[in-house]
Amino acid sequence: MVETKTVKFIITRQDTPESAPYEEEFEVPYRPNMNVISALMEIRRNPVNRKGQATTPVTWDMNCLEEVCGACSMVINGKPRQACSALVDKLEQPIRLAPMKTFPVVRDLQIDRSRMFDSLKKVKAWIPIDGTYDLGPGPRMPETKRQWAYELSKCMTCGVCLEACPNVNSKSNFMGPAVFNQVRLFNAHPTGAMNKAERLNAFMEDGGLTGCGNSQNCVQSCPKGIPITTSIAAVNRDATLQSFKNFFGSDRD
Amino acid sequence: MAGSREFFYRRLHSLLGVIPIGIFLLQHLTVNHFATGGESSFNKAADFMANLPFRYVLEIVIIFLPILYHAIYGLYIAFTAKNNVSKFSFFRNWMFLLQRITGVITLIFIAWHVWETRLANAVYGTDVNFQMMHDILSSPFMFGFYLVGIISAIFHFSNGLWSFMVTWGITISPRSQVISTYVTMIIFLALSIVGVQTLFAFI
Ligand code: SF4
Ligand code: FES
Repeated sequence: MVETKTVKFIITRQDTPESAPYEEEFEVPYRPNMNVISALMEIRRNPVNRKGQATTPVTWDMNCLEEVCGACSMVINGKPRQACSALVDKLEQPIRLAPMKTFPVVRDLQIDRSRMFDSLKKVKAWIPIDGTYDLGPGPRMPETKRQWAYELSKCMTCGVCLEACPNVNSKSNFMGPAVFNQVRLFNAHPTGAMNKAERLNAFMEDGGLTGCGNSQNCVQSCPKGIPITTSIAAVNRDATLQSFKNFFGSDRD
Repeated sequence: MAGSREFFYRRLHSLLGVIPIGIFLLQHLTVNHFATGGESSFNKAADFMANLPFRYVLEIVIIFLPILYHAIYGLYIAFTAKNNVSKFSFFRNWMFLLQRITGVITLIFIAWHVWETRLANAVYGTDVNFQMMHDILSSPFMFGFYLVGIISAIFHFSNGLWSFMVTWGITISPRSQVISTYVTMIIFLALSIVGVQTLFAFI
């Protein structure tokens, strides 16, 4: 008789944002090229745990399924990463899934990343061009700059760098590593540069760039390979200059 | 600008660690190194330092207040981190943890060291000279305590230089940060040799 191959999971679950987490084990039939999401879908289709008891289906978040939206981030075998690009064949079993605890847990593996979007709003991570008349074409961007700026634009607000950072925790108000890239990205843009001082000043407020302690876990963990620590130092330099301008004064720009 | 005090506090903390505290550490290690030239050589150097003009002003403004601020704010920084080297055992994360551990050790060491070799002199008028250091360091326990304290302080300074350069935006490229890692570690080794040689010179 051919023994059917299975995949074992140990999932940290939580029924409500306030309730206590618990672990539940699952065993799903193996299919070639499975990823963690397809296994979770299998559990959803047949929500029975390893002991054979019927249970509630496991909740998780997802959207793009190709590692560009960042919604499906979770801790897989101790490492924060995207579930959609986590291939079962490459993972040690039993596969342990847990929510990224840096964020409030909504339910099971689903977390609330609002704090990241709030930070982006605080530092004005956009380029204001809306108005009542046509502003015409913007200034051009040098190709070399476009190339490195493009790397920064790959950030999908997935939260992995916050999860990896020792300074992002309940004792601190640090916004997290991802914000540095966005400030650098929009300040590098020729039109965005018109609001550079505004962005820097907002990021120099409490909870901003000073929260970084240079553990550099972020750059090691970022799934998009974004040079976060380069952004950190670059924004630090801009902030140094900005603080001199603020204190000693200069023409406002 | 509401609430940008943190920026000022943190940058002040970073600056004070190098100027004046780091400079003082270099000077202190250098002057004490006269001990390797024998008792009278050390006593002469120590006397010179003790008789500097404006001694109290220098001590308070250049040494005491900056260290006090750096220590208190540093403790706050150290205890707001949630260290995670067991999960993320990258080199820089270890350095991040060591920076905090050596900071706390250095604080304990300095507190004791200042009491023993400076405040006791101010309060009881005990003599600060080669003989005194010889007496202290003859106890193996105190020798160990000084060894750990001095090496911690030197590590904290050297590795602190590395993050100082990132914090102020001097070393931005990954390459410059790698090279400054090597440079600061060479500084750590070189100063450790100076410190340890001095310690052995007293016994
Ligand atoms: S910088 Fe990288 S790890 Fe951080 S949120 Fe963006 S994509 Fe995720
Ligand atoms: S679902 Fe979009 S990154 Fe995984």
